[in-house]
Amino acid sequence: MMARHIVATVDEIAPGQRRLVSVNGREIGIFNVDGEFFAVGNRCPHEGASLCKGRLVGLVEASEPGSYQYSRRGELIRCPWHGWEFDLRTGKSWCEPDRTKVRSYELKVEPGGALVEGELRAETFPVSIEKQYIVVEV
Amino acid sequence: MSTIEMDRSQSAKHKLRVIDCDIHPAMTSWTEVHPYLEKQWIDHLSVYGSHLRHAFSEALSHPRMSPDAARIDAYPDEGGPPGSSLELMRKQHLDPNGVQVGMLIPLRWNPGSQRNLDFGAALTRAMNTWQVERWVKQEPRLRASVLVAQEDTEAAVKEIDARGGDPNFTQILILPRTDEPLGRRRYWPIYEAAVRNNLPITVHVGGTNGHPSTGGGWPSYYMEEHHSVAQTMQAVLTSLVFEGVFERFPKLRVVIMEGGLGWIPSLSARMDKHWSRLRSEVPHLKRPPSEYVREQVWFSTQPMEEPGSAAELIDLFDRIGWDRLLFSTDYPHWDFDDPRYAFKANLSEAQRDQLLYGNSRNFYGLG
Repeated sequence: MMARHIVATVDEIAPGQRRLVSVNGREIGIFNVDGEFFAVGNRCPHEGASLCKGRLVGLVEASEPGSYQYSRRGELIRCPWHGWEFDLRTGKSWCEPDRTKVRSYELKVEPGGALVEGELRAETFPVSIEKQYIVVEV
Repeated sequence: MSTIEMDRSQSAKHKLRVIDCDIHPAMTSWTEVHPYLEKQWIDHLSVYGSHLRHAFSEALSHPRMSPDAARIDAYPDEGGPPGSSLELMRKQHLDPNGVQVGMLIPLRWNPGSQRNLDFGAALTRAMNTWQVERWVKQEPRLRASVLVAQEDTEAAVKEIDARGGDPNFTQILILPRTDEPLGRRRYWPIYEAAVRNNLPITVHVGGTNGHPSTGGGWPSYYMEEHHSVAQTMQAVLTSLVFEGVFERFPKLRVVIMEGGLGWIPSLSARMDKHWSRLRSEVPHLKRPPSEYVREQVWFSTQPMEEPGSAAELIDLFDRIGWDRLLFSTDYPHWDFDDPRYAFKANLSEAQRDQLLYGNSRNFYGLG
């Protein structure tokens, strides 16, 4: 059964930063890309490396040899071992999107007030009404 | 959630038992080797430097995809390059991956490619002692490799004979980009010394000889350079076979390390085909070339081939010979193979144990 879990406050993960959290025994990497939050499993599906230790990169493409286009700065995580690139939005690898992918999780940013009033309680820290919280559904 | 997570955690439940034939130790600083190097050569290095047949002799011929060609997670907290911390090596690799024995393959300074032969020979002596003092004596799971300056055959033979009776050493290391192809007779005294000391010759990718790394000239991209290691190994193997090294030294054992595997069956078949037609050019060969390969050559597994289907991988192992495959990780380099996930096929426990452990135990004569 899916449940929602508070994993961090928004101000704990600055743009460009990441945090590794554990939810029900699963390691999940939470990434802040220019204020937008993404969550993917920490285990590379290729040989099991910790994806969170990889570099955030942009997307390099070429419409033809000699022509480079660079976009989506920081939206791909590159595995620290073999360099597989995974799209933080989908968890899919760039080269084998259907075959090699990491689980991506739905994230929501919610105000503390709403969380306290609802059914949800943070497991590891108290929720304060003034703050914004990152909530992952697992 | 529609995403399917590839979960191979099943295999992780089994306790691992691994012999890793390819671990790259590094120096925190060059001064680590000073206690084992004559003062003359310490001064030489500081005044004249390291001379290899390429520009920027302290750099690699092609930039790697990651600094130090290393896993990004392999940098020690206390500083220094990946592979320089024994503590991290234990914590990150030896302990969790069940490594019973790990073979050291030092690459830095490339003594076999040094243009100054005496400096190269001095470096081999120093780095061989450094391996024992800095690594093997501190960690009984590790074993050293006898580095040799192969372009100075006399010095190489002397060093092999000096280390031959020392159980800290398990193999002789040569990087394949040598001045001439490794089958040439100038190198034969090294093979004679290897047989005399019952040590295999391990040919691990690398070396700088001034020749383009591919048969088609200098490549543009690191990816091409990375592919060229297989071409280099094919050149080494054909040279050893056709020059008659295996015929002359039937007890010589050669390990081709980190050169890939997929090309081995096709090269063997091609050499046999040509031999059946052109045999008279190399009358010193008494048997089809593939037989020498099958009997006297072993191959390390990393970087493991990842064909489209598991059946192709099994077929490849069948063709090469399961007993010829020696597991290796290449720690701490970026193309590291994890023993749990390297073989993308459902292997039986016996097959897995043979690849990860048994073959190397037999080959290196370990316990």
